[in-house]
Amino acid sequence: MEKWYLMTAAVLLGLIVRWTVSLNSYSGAGKPPMFGDYEAQRHWQEITFNLPIKQWYFNSSDNNLQYWGLDYPPLTAYHSFLCAYVAKFINPDWIALHTSRGYESQAHKLFMRATVLIADLLIYIPAVVLYCCCLKEISTKKKIASALCILLYPGLILIDYGHFHLGFALWGVLGVSYDWDLLGSLAFCLAINYKQMELYHSLPFFCFLLGKCFKKGLKGKGLVLLIKLACTVVASFVLCWLPFFTEREQTLQVLRRLFPVDRGLFEDKVANIWCSFSVFLKIRDILPHHIQIMISFCFTFLSLLPACIKLTLHPSPKGFRFTLVSCALSFFLFSFQVHEKSILLVSLPVCLVLSEIPFMSTWFLLVSTFSMLPLLLKDELLMPSVVTVMAFFIACATSFSIFEKTSEEELQLKCFSTSVRKYFTCFTFLPRIIQHLFLTSVITMILLTIMTVTLDPPQKLPDLFSVLVCFVSCLHFLFFLVYFNIIIMWDSKNGRSQKKIN
Amino acid sequence: MAALGIAIGGSNWFSALALGVTLLKCLLIPTYHSTDFEVHRNWLAITHSLPISQWYYEATSEWTLDYPPFFAWFEYALSHVAKYFDQEMLNVRNLNYSSSRTLLFQRFSVIVTDTLFVYAVHECCKCIDGKKAGKELTEKPKFILSVLLLWNFGLLIVDHIHFQYNGFLSGLMLLSIARFFQKRHMEGAFLFAVLLHFKHIYLYVAPAYGVYLLRSYCFTANKPDGSIRWNSFSFVRLISLGLIVFLVSALSLGPFLALNQLPQVFSRLFPFKRGLCHAYWAPNFWALYSALDKVLSVIGLELKLLDPNKIPKASMTSGLVQQFQHTVLPSVTPLATFICTLIAMLPSVFCLWFKPQGPRGFLRCLILCALSSFMFGWHVHEKAILLAVLPMSLLSVGKAVDASIFLILTTTGHYSLFPLLFTAPELPIKIVLMLLFTTYSISSLKTLFRKEKPLFNWMETFYLLGLGPLEVFCEFVFPFTSWNLKYPFIPLLLTSVYCAVGITYAWLKLYVSVLTDPPVGKTKKQ
Repeated sequence: MEKWYLMTAAVLLGLIVRWTVSLNSYSGAGKPPMFGDYEAQRHWQEITFNLPIKQWYFNSSDNNLQYWGLDYPPLTAYHSFLCAYVAKFINPDWIALHTSRGYESQAHKLFMRATVLIADLLIYIPAVVLYCCCLKEISTKKKIASALCILLYPGLILIDYGHFHLGFALWGVLGVSYDWDLLGSLAFCLAINYKQMELYHSLPFFCFLLGKCFKKGLKGKGLVLLIKLACTVVASFVLCWLPFFTEREQTLQVLRRLFPVDRGLFEDKVANIWCSFSVFLKIRDILPHHIQIMISFCFTFLSLLPACIKLTLHPSPKGFRFTLVSCALSFFLFSFQVHEKSILLVSLPVCLVLSEIPFMSTWFLLVSTFSMLPLLLKDELLMPSVVTVMAFFIACATSFSIFEKTSEEELQLKCFSTSVRKYFTCFTFLPRIIQHLFLTSVITMILLTIMTVTLDPPQKLPDLFSVLVCFVSCLHFLFFLVYFNIIIMWDSKNGRSQKKIN
Repeated sequence: MAALGIAIGGSNWFSALALGVTLLKCLLIPTYHSTDFEVHRNWLAITHSLPISQWYYEATSEWTLDYPPFFAWFEYALSHVAKYFDQEMLNVRNLNYSSSRTLLFQRFSVIVTDTLFVYAVHECCKCIDGKKAGKELTEKPKFILSVLLLWNFGLLIVDHIHFQYNGFLSGLMLLSIARFFQKRHMEGAFLFAVLLHFKHIYLYVAPAYGVYLLRSYCFTANKPDGSIRWNSFSFVRLISLGLIVFLVSALSLGPFLALNQLPQVFSRLFPFKRGLCHAYWAPNFWALYSALDKVLSVIGLELKLLDPNKIPKASMTSGLVQQFQHTVLPSVTPLATFICTLIAMLPSVFCLWFKPQGPRGFLRCLILCALSSFMFGWHVHEKAILLAVLPMSLLSVGKAVDASIFLILTTTGHYSLFPLLFTAPELPIKIVLMLLFTTYSISSLKTLFRKEKPLFNWMETFYLLGLGPLEVFCEFVFPFTSWNLKYPFIPLLLTSVYCAVGITYAWLKLYVSVLTDPPVGKTKKQ
């Protein structure tokens, strides 16, 4: 236990990288009239501080919902309210109603960045450290290494706009996987109430906890646990939504704001199926609105069904982590109204399996950052992105020596290839193929990045490069979806065969 | 990138450390930079656009060229790359010009020239054998040493935030030390001669180089009791050393001698017009002296022993003005500081002559010279502490005593650099980076020497822990008190006095350990 100073060093390193990156430009800096996410966060502070709680989600002369109206669940709103109090203490101009729109100054930027860093320091980083310390069956050195890599993951650092929901989700995972189920479900409810996107993770949580209850027997302990869990969930939701339960219209308006189904199948350029597919066929314009919703729902549901059933029948912490990945990935690829940043919701569970499948996780995390390239370029974050990606890659490569870990065993594909070999005996080339794929994919990503940065797209196709980025990333994500599903489906067989041997 | 990954191949920790710190340096590009940025931009412009004869006469900007000729040539070489970034930065009249391309070029020039430093660290790690401890990589002296050098807090903030080129200059010094350890004395002497003509502050450690080369290289053998064998003197070695120094100096100063400009060059290099203490007090003997003077003058005023009208105005705002006059104690002249420095260095140099202990003894003498000049020098800048901190890292992995001295010296020395960065965005960086380096250095050295007695006694622990409250007071409490307007110099004064105590203590402790150390010959007999 003498090595804890290295863990401190890892955390401090993560903090330095976060702060130095935050000295760079932010989303929508100096771009009136709408600015960007930075202005959205500031505007929410202005709204929540100056208006009574009943008007937060309603359009009015003081609250123009077209201008960054509040569209996150209540906890985020409360959080903004809290920040606004601090802001008023420092400088009331920052949150003055109407007049503060588009407010920009060095001091204010510092304040906003500090709120993010402090929240990270209080919620996200402790969760990561605790998670890595609780990992089983690996040495202290590997625990510290995985903490370092998770903290250096560039996606979260570059899109730093408060990842409270991810922090809480992580506490949830932590609680649930180590049998503190109530704490875990409470943390996860808080996560959902910070950001509705956390619903991507909700199915695995639900299935895992349900599976646990089944395992204990639905008539005895299992039932007690189920009731306890249900109470926790209901209580935490009621607590968060209390001010909005006074009138029916209030609740409905919040829900309408949270799930804006009328916005369309996808926005901007997202690396999911719909956006990539629309290169060939403009689904958005051809099909009517409700059919789009139906199709996306069906695809999402079908793609995550097998993994969820598996998890309910054989609940295990390992299966839970992998199901989190595959469910979030299915949602990202197939669901309705996805944003580029939603890939972070997939990246978080992938970070959690970093120590189990270092090679594939590193690859995925690199691709996920690459898929946000157009967004990062828009925010003028090219330099910090390249630097942090390289730092992350070096950290992963040296601490896990990923290039030596590409055997079937280490890719967790042993069972899968054994069962394939029953039909095709010559199926032994999988690791080699994956290595070659990795090299090709990295080279493609580097080339595309260089092209996007240096070349001007042809006049007829102004979005050529961003569409290419999306398309390439989407192909990668599909491949990863298949891979993670294979691991999940063949995992329990592995467990059984081991039992047989025992 | 994949090729890079395969090249670093998992186990090569040294390149990972070096690359990691390089990437961190890249992240520091948008941070605050001091006037030194403009100084170096101006030098780029001077060397690029003017003939050699004008280099040491040009005075459009107040930041005239005051480094030796090799550094001017270095800027000249850089300027030929700079013109591809932004031609405008090479105009002498373009004062305070800093376009984003200029910034990028200047920052990258520091990062790229640091490669020499990385190479020097690599060489040092090869030839320094520290204490053998655990088998774990993170407990190996070589690993610890390379982290302590590559990730040095002082170098990071002085070079990559404040802006200077100390990285490659320190690299030259470390490389010459490494050459001495590898018994390649000629090469080491050559490197040091070159270094002297890059930046003349290294003259302070020249006595150690001169005496060591004369005693341990020109005299090829010792008597059995370790004393000098006069007949083993090698004239060939002395002459070849002399030739090296002469040739390097001729190359550097020759052109100016031919132009008959040598007096002008020297007047630029040694400006004695500046005050005793720099704008921020360096934590040395004179800081204690000035503080004592201030305390005495306050007491004198209270007790009506002094006439308020006779006290110079500047003394109450001191720390913020360049000239500083003492009120009670006698004022200090450059000559006095020079004599003090010389006296402080003498014992260590004598020790090197009479008790030669190979390259390790030389290293100790070098550090003592650097520290003595820091303690008593004229117009010392707090950045100069790096001159002692970096070589001290080499000693720290060898013996527990040295490790303890190193930790006190580095922690206080680094803390004394805090006033260099006074802007709000850099506050978290300096605090977190300092915490990172300090926790790492203390914990790793503690692990290395865990079987010996504790590194610190209670007094030292108490002193080091005191730095925390001091920082909280200076940066978080004092600015909100009413004294902030009346006595704005108090944080600076407190910082430098507090750090001066620690650095003086480390200097004395190192001196005691050097002087009481038994010579090699005797220990062998025992």
